[in-house]
Amino acid sequence: MFMRSTTALAAVLFVGAAPLALAAEKPTDPQIAHIAYTAGTIDIEAAKQAIKKSKNKEVVAFAKDMERDHAAVNKQALDLVKKLKVTPEDNDTSKALAKAAKEERAKLEKLKGADFDKAYIDNEVAYHKQVDSALETLLIPSASNAELKSLLETGLKIFQGHEQHAEHVAGMLK
Amino acid sequence: MAALALALSASPALAATIEVTIDKLVFSPSSVQAKVGDTIEWTNKDVIAHTATVKGGWDVMIPAKSKGKVTLKAPGAVDYFCRFHPNMKGHVAVTP
Repeated sequence: MFMRSTTALAAVLFVGAAPLALAAEKPTDPQIAHIAYTAGTIDIEAAKQAIKKSKNKEVVAFAKDMERDHAAVNKQALDLVKKLKVTPEDNDTSKALAKAAKEERAKLEKLKGADFDKAYIDNEVAYHKQVDSALETLLIPSASNAELKSLLETGLKIFQGHEQHAEHVAGMLK
Repeated sequence: MAALALALSASPALAATIEVTIDKLVFSPSSVQAKVGDTIEWTNKDVIAHTATVKGGWDVMIPAKSKGKVTLKAPGAVDYFCRFHPNMKGHVAVTP
């Protein structure tokens, strides 16, 4: 049962499957907290790679914005789970997210210059879209604690902002 | 005395400071009216930094849990946004 529900979650994150079908198999708050934290950590790792590799001023500035914002939000998330005495619980969705991110980083590592910049920013647009959709259709509706839900809602606004910011940078790279 | 009173009343009004709060990525109030010479001061309650930026105009940094301000120098209506989170939008109508 546990396996099935988290696999279904992973399907939403990666394929954007109809969320309604999952109504009966909601992730728990400890799982949601873990997924949200993992999603933030992934973007921080991607940002660090870009700061190291890119020579483009706009791309580096964008990456620094991502690193700073996600670190601040993840700190808030950790403070909240501590306060709520919730232990984030690793799950198949978090694992799938981390695995996909690792593969993406390896792919980007091989690229240089403008090719790297474009691939990084395009992935940032796609990644934020994916996380926005997961937050909107699954994580926020499934969260039962009001404070966790509120933090996820603010997180969604931040991610949507990042998505627009990434699209703006992508437009400048063309 | 009468002359002084007249002079005082004829002098331009003192510049005002207009307060805008940022909470959970929302400028509030989202739209303000001001006069040239007034200052807008943003108070950022979020844990992340924002900006109040006008395309081709002012660009104010508003650090996390901090403040930022701008003194309005020209009349006109402007839309501003946050460079880091362009989904955050505000409006200022500046009269002479």
